[in-house]
Amino acid sequence: MSCLLAATIRLPFLLFFGAFLFSCGVYGVLARRNAVLVLMSIELMLNAVNVNLVAFSGYFRQLTGQIFALFVITVAAAEIGIGLAIIILIYRNRETINVDEISLLKW
Amino acid sequence: MVVGVVGGFAALRLVTSRNVVHAALYLVVTLAMVGGTYLLVAAEFLAWVQVLIYVGAIVVLLLFSLMLTKAPIGRDTLDNQQRGIAALVGAGVLAGLVFLIQDAFAGKRVILQPVRTAQVGTAIFRDFVLPFEVVSVLLLAALIGAVVIARKDESPGAPPERRVPLIGREERVAR
Repeated sequence: MSCLLAATIRLPFLLFFGAFLFSCGVYGVLARRNAVLVLMSIELMLNAVNVNLVAFSGYFRQLTGQIFALFVITVAAAEIGIGLAIIILIYRNRETINVDEISLLKW
Repeated sequence: MVVGVVGGFAALRLVTSRNVVHAALYLVVTLAMVGGTYLLVAAEFLAWVQVLIYVGAIVVLLLFSLMLTKAPIGRDTLDNQQRGIAALVGAGVLAGLVFLIQDAFAGKRVILQPVRTAQVGTAIFRDFVLPFEVVSVLLLAALIGAVVIARKDESPGAPPERRVPLIGREERVAR
């Protein structure tokens, strides 16, 4: 237990992990057509933000980052509930959930 | 390190796989690895919250919606034509972030200090009570909103569905 207490971890590792997750999320949002996959990529980006928050919470020895990550998780849950409800409604009406075919609000 | 590599690989497969169900399962792996990262930074409560809410609830929700909306399989139906530009943007974001992180935080180390759940609870209910309540109202609003949006509205022209109440059905059959 004492060796666990004294252990350190390199901060850039955590930040690189977060950055990589965020880039994957950006690529997914831009490249996917299926709306559910776009939502998954958004979840990936939110998780990257959470990793950064927790890493800096450990780095600055403050708990605020973890509390903030908890709130981000909660809001992400609300967002995905609403998003899936909208997707299912769109599928029921238009028989497709490809985001480039749902162009009713465009122009 | 291992956790980071596995999580990164799963994230990469998540955004490139051709099967939506495989993508959802890669999402499970990625989220579990993020939870493992939380454990590594000694944020224990957050790690279990991550496993419970993301792996337990959100992925199941996503799988349900994948099953409800029949999703085609194949690269051309899942990805659009801007794939190259998207890869460029993603690589650009990654390069910029890596440069910034390397510039600002190279060599810094996190001294691990286990955070107990009691500390998290004290912090929430002492310093963050108002955001906590606001977020609970937000969750309630999202719940009601999701039910209202996804509900099947009955058209007025259709004949009303005749519902046989569950209680008393046996007596009716017997008569």
